[in-house]
Amino acid sequence: MSILINKETKVITQGLGATGLFHAQGARDYGTQMVGGVTPGKGGTEIDGFPVFDTVRDAVEKTGATASVIYVPPPFAADSIMEAVEAELDLVIAITEGIPVLDMVKVKQYMQGKKTRLIGPNCPGVITPGECKIGIMPGYIHKPGRVGVVSRSGTLTYEAVWQLTCLGLGQSTCVGIGGDPVNGTSHLDVLQMFEEDPDTKAVIMIGEIGGTSEEEAARFVKDNMTKPVAAYIAGRTAPPGKRMGHAGAIISGGKGTAAEKVAVLEECGISVAATPAQMGEALLKVWKP
Amino acid sequence: MNIHEYQAKAILRKFGVPVPDGHVVYNGNSAREWAKRLGPGPWVVKAQIHAGGRGKGGGVKLARTSEEVRRLTRDMLGMTLRTHQTGPEGKVVTRVLVENGCNIDRELYVSLVVDRGSSKVSVMASTEGGMDIEEVAATTPEKIIVEIIDPLVGLTGFQCRNIAFKLGLGGKLLPMAVKLLGNLYKTFLACDCSMLEINPLVVTKDEELLALDAKFGFDDNAIFRHLQIADMRDYDEEDANEIEASQHDLSYISLDGNIGCLVNGAGLAMATMDIVKHYGGEPANFLDVGGGATIERVTEAFKIILSDSKVNGILVNIFGGIMKCDVIASGVIEAARQVELQVPLVVRLEGTNVERGKQLLAESGLNIIAADGMADAAQKIVAAVA
Repeated sequence: MSILINKETKVITQGLGATGLFHAQGARDYGTQMVGGVTPGKGGTEIDGFPVFDTVRDAVEKTGATASVIYVPPPFAADSIMEAVEAELDLVIAITEGIPVLDMVKVKQYMQGKKTRLIGPNCPGVITPGECKIGIMPGYIHKPGRVGVVSRSGTLTYEAVWQLTCLGLGQSTCVGIGGDPVNGTSHLDVLQMFEEDPDTKAVIMIGEIGGTSEEEAARFVKDNMTKPVAAYIAGRTAPPGKRMGHAGAIISGGKGTAAEKVAVLEECGISVAATPAQMGEALLKVWKP
Repeated sequence: MNIHEYQAKAILRKFGVPVPDGHVVYNGNSAREWAKRLGPGPWVVKAQIHAGGRGKGGGVKLARTSEEVRRLTRDMLGMTLRTHQTGPEGKVVTRVLVENGCNIDRELYVSLVVDRGSSKVSVMASTEGGMDIEEVAATTPEKIIVEIIDPLVGLTGFQCRNIAFKLGLGGKLLPMAVKLLGNLYKTFLACDCSMLEINPLVVTKDEELLALDAKFGFDDNAIFRHLQIADMRDYDEEDANEIEASQHDLSYISLDGNIGCLVNGAGLAMATMDIVKHYGGEPANFLDVGGGATIERVTEAFKIILSDSKVNGILVNIFGGIMKCDVIASGVIEAARQVELQVPLVVRLEGTNVERGKQLLAESGLNIIAADGMADAAQKIVAAVA
């Protein structure tokens, strides 16, 4: 068991350009059922064994896909997300970095009352080790197991996963929710799924400066979660008012500092790692595998 | 991206938001001529720098005669203005805004921001104009009026009236306030703002509304569709290294410490700074070389880090995923040779082909300190610069 994706998940790629194709091939090599792609105007052709369709609806009808992954460039990515929502996919994972925030504001409103769950944008994707990899993360650092991982960052997630794998702790599912200020799925949403998943036994949550998503998740942990949670918050040394790479990683008006987040997390009973080198150890303080 | 007040006011004027008549000038004589053209006086002379708190620092002055406008402008140009937002080094004034003064009856506050909690644009207003809104929010939160905008419907008439009534803008001022708020929202959307703040919005003694100061924050992700706004960028206001970095698609932010950091990924880059600090060091910068760290980009990154004279050691922390460690190691070696590296270099590699990468570094003949894991890397660089 896992959350969001498993070996049955059939995936189409929206935006089969050089980047999209490269990662579609990587996912297929990992064992993911990558069943096709969408590039408007190229329908009916085939690229390296992937049938190409003009529209998402067409691709869904012909392939039975239930999920899509988006590599479409930023100016057109919001439209691609809405097309996938309209085609009633269960899951859309938007890897694209740099989507204008007001485009995402519209997308979020458009998604109200529709069945699709959006992960991202500006994220590395989702992986259920040994079963299904959707996105740009290196598959081999993962190991099937019982720890759920949720994060706003890419390489910092790899760091956490690698620490777990080296400690012999496998992962149930790893979810990158992305570094943008307006995104489809929050830390809290993913924690809720991990809580309900019988095969996830413990969780690592990785956050960073900006917004209050980690604090909301922490209150959920305190009130609703039975499983142990460890965390790390990046950006203790980040100066206020500066965007630290991610569009959402900014301390504005004195809000969203790492110190504030760490205090709330600890208050809510979460084991917070003092340094990024201790994420695995922080989990072992509250969980005996 | 930020712009100057005079540029902000030009945008507002275009969208029908009332602002005082004014003009930007670069010397005293032209200031005097513009003052005469603008009106009978008095005038306000305002230093144009990207920082708040200009009034307290002596960057905003009232002039009664056009000759006084000339003199004040001449004094302000070239001066180093220090405010709570510029830091102790201050900022040199190179342009000045001359505008008509007005008779202020009261000062209000209005802003629009993308609210992360609701994922919508929200309007915030307060009767406490001219004050720092964070302070108002902390001390008297009941004085803050908030309306959240449905992105598919837009800011409605009743929402504008709700705000206007709570600000005490009735009678003749009501339709003016409704129109002004609507036009502010139009501006926000049309320019892809992340923040638009009017502080203060004033009610004049003649019962007019005027945006006396304006601050825009633009969404960097949307600048590609606003070339006119991109042209307003004032490079003098930004850190030279940050400009250089942005031209190479590197995400770089200059800090005060002495340990240069070169990392792939924004989250890992922040975490690297944190762990350096944890072991008693001070990071000199945030630098994310991105996912596709090529030899060229790594070399540029090294050059930018080393152009900061405070740097006396560099920590490279790479988690090679799709990017293979041996490729990155070659990049680091090549870059270190090109820049003739003189300071200690600690390299921590992890991920795909890590053994081959470490071997390349060891065989390079360069004085590279290899590290295992982030804690070891941070401790080694802190020791190396001590």
